[in-house]
Amino acid sequence: MSSLSVDMYGKSRKSYTWLFFLLPSIAIMLLFFIYPILLTFFYSFTNLALTGEAAKELKFIGFDNYTRMFQDPTVRISIWNTLIFLIGSAVIGQQVLGFLIALLMKQRNKTFRRVIGTIVLAGWVTPEIVCALCLYSFFGDDGTLNAIIGFFGFSEVTWLFTVPMLTIILANIWHGTAFSMLVFQAALDDVPTEIEEAAVVDGASKWKIFTRIILPYIKGTITTNMMLVTLQTLGVFGLIYAMTGGGPGNSTTTLPIFMYNQAFVNYQLGYGTAISLLLLLIGIVLSLLYIRSMKE
Amino acid sequence: MKSGKRGLSLVLMSVLSVSLLFGCSGGKNSPAETGSPGKKAEGGQTAKKTVNVTFRDDGVGENGAFYKWLKEVAASYPDKNVEIKPAPIQASEGDYFAKIALALKSKDTAPDIVTEDTFILNSDASAGFLEPLDDRLAKWEDWTNGSFIEAMKKGVTASDGKVYGVPYNTDSRGLWYNKQIFKQAGLPEDWQPKTWEDVLNAARTIKEKAPDVVPIWMNMGKATGEATSMQTYEMLLYGTGERLYDDATGKWTVKSQGILDALGFVETVNKEKLGPPLSKVLNGQAGNTASREYLPKGKLAISLDGSWISGNYLDTGAAPWPEYKDVLGFAPMPTSKGQEPGSITLAGGWALSIPSNSKNKDEAWAFIQYALGKENTQKLVIASGNITVRADVAKDPGYTKMPFNEIATEYLKNAEFRPAQDKYPEVSTQIQTMVESVATGTAPADAMNKYAQDVTRIVGADHAVEK
Repeated sequence: MSSLSVDMYGKSRKSYTWLFFLLPSIAIMLLFFIYPILLTFFYSFTNLALTGEAAKELKFIGFDNYTRMFQDPTVRISIWNTLIFLIGSAVIGQQVLGFLIALLMKQRNKTFRRVIGTIVLAGWVTPEIVCALCLYSFFGDDGTLNAIIGFFGFSEVTWLFTVPMLTIILANIWHGTAFSMLVFQAALDDVPTEIEEAAVVDGASKWKIFTRIILPYIKGTITTNMMLVTLQTLGVFGLIYAMTGGGPGNSTTTLPIFMYNQAFVNYQLGYGTAISLLLLLIGIVLSLLYIRSMKE
Repeated sequence: MKSGKRGLSLVLMSVLSVSLLFGCSGGKNSPAETGSPGKKAEGGQTAKKTVNVTFRDDGVGENGAFYKWLKEVAASYPDKNVEIKPAPIQASEGDYFAKIALALKSKDTAPDIVTEDTFILNSDASAGFLEPLDDRLAKWEDWTNGSFIEAMKKGVTASDGKVYGVPYNTDSRGLWYNKQIFKQAGLPEDWQPKTWEDVLNAARTIKEKAPDVVPIWMNMGKATGEATSMQTYEMLLYGTGERLYDDATGKWTVKSQGILDALGFVETVNKEKLGPPLSKVLNGQAGNTASREYLPKGKLAISLDGSWISGNYLDTGAAPWPEYKDVLGFAPMPTSKGQEPGSITLAGGWALSIPSNSKNKDEAWAFIQYALGKENTQKLVIASGNITVRADVAKDPGYTKMPFNEIATEYLKNAEFRPAQDKYPEVSTQIQTMVESVATGTAPADAMNKYAQDVTRIVGADHAVEK
């Protein structure tokens, strides 16, 4: 088709055709993506509020929201919590666990793969809020976990209160590991068995095969998966909000929770948008780091 | 080159994924769903108008006291050309205020009547969301002839001096206590604590004599929101003789001995383990846990809470408990050292307001006059366990025969209101943070410093003062 139009109308005509076909998606991008981002950027320099006098009169307040952000100790706590949550649940939890499950399932029989795969997938197909409620009732004071340890004669632990960060990390691992598992399964299946067999013939140990053949082969997948999982985890809100509400104190207040609280509990939408841009910045920085590490 | 392109696409991808989060902070252009079926009435073929009434449904749906009452009043409403339509918002208390603020912003989503908590009323009025009612009120006999308790009009008057709502209930706060547990611990069944120390000593005695019982419950978490600010902190602070905000100078007190004393009380309760387990009290459900579970089951001796909790125990309530009349006592909260006026209470309450963006203001106003007349208000306050704002209802035997109504109404004599300032809701969340941090072990002085810093930032250094 396109080659036909080149023949008939010459080259210049063709260079506009692609634009025409792209127009709907460009329009959608502009309207639903670029415009909101610009708007967010604009609002972060205002005193936009949900109620009160500021809701009537939008005022431009310069960098006030940003200076406030850097002076606010809760922001520092939230960044720290976000990083712990990220490393614990995404980098170590989902990534490593997902990889291990995929590796252990490699070349096992079909039934085994199906059963294990389904169990792991159950966490992933469960909607976030349902997942949060399940794990809330698991870790709750009168929850399943306490019932189990009570059966063995140990005394109750108030999990959500004593180790809140651990509970939300475990919850997110349970919820998200299947994604990494699927990605790694696909990648591991692509590693040609001939190379591995050749290595075995050459007398390579299992560890050598793993570090010298499998890992280099799936390096790209690791980075891509790491980035996807990281960005997904950076934005986790419902799970944490439903399980701990960011508490007790600020111990599970991650940036999305903090942003929500500022925007919709303290009614400071302007400040909330500034925090959301900080979150965006963290996402970009982390992505760049991953990309760099991939180049090496 | 190739990896550069890939890098770019990866960054773009990251921007996209993270940006999905910000959909919610788009501000004015994204009116949140409000659950209020806005403009269905417009398409009607007759001239029948619809008045949407938005209120909070705390999860019980059509069984809620307000819902039932509204349906009943709407059915008996004489003007058949107007349809009264309930448009409840199911939300936690905090979310309700955010949702109505969003709904009120736009003509497409604003209801015709909205229930406003008096603490947020001033903010919503300053934002221009509500219609001043002074002209209409001046022509309403009930308002001018003393039917409404004069002091209650203060709660619906904003800082500009205009009235933005008609109050339909109020409440007072005090110490609920279980007489059976008191008897068992050798404490007087007719308990009248004179100072904070009396309260603490009673709690200590209970801890010693009835170890399985939680001695005293006060809401102390951020999750319980306004209940923490008002029922706990402000009851304590105002009992020291200090106030949050000085009307004369227009300044918020951000550091003072009173703040330290109030926080000291919270600290003592937790240090001596006189309070509930923190995992229970720092939870959004804490208020209901105390009033619907611990108190009726005899697992709690003293509860610093609002007068409305008895509404739970009616046959129609959330936790019916016929014996509550005999088992519970309601003692006034003493001032810190027994200084004048001896006891303290804070009064809040709810009002019906007309949004500026309402399309049927006259019809809405006519309905408010009907719904908040003597008979209908009385039905509502009795069903919900609240206190009336109407002097004529307060004298009615149907109202006074309800247990605790007379005593709770009497506490209103010394009642204080929260500051009618549009910054109050924000300051209030700082109070909750401060109280929770003390409950979890931060020293009162440190918590107060953080509070001073945050509140000063919110209200501006010109409006903050250290004492």
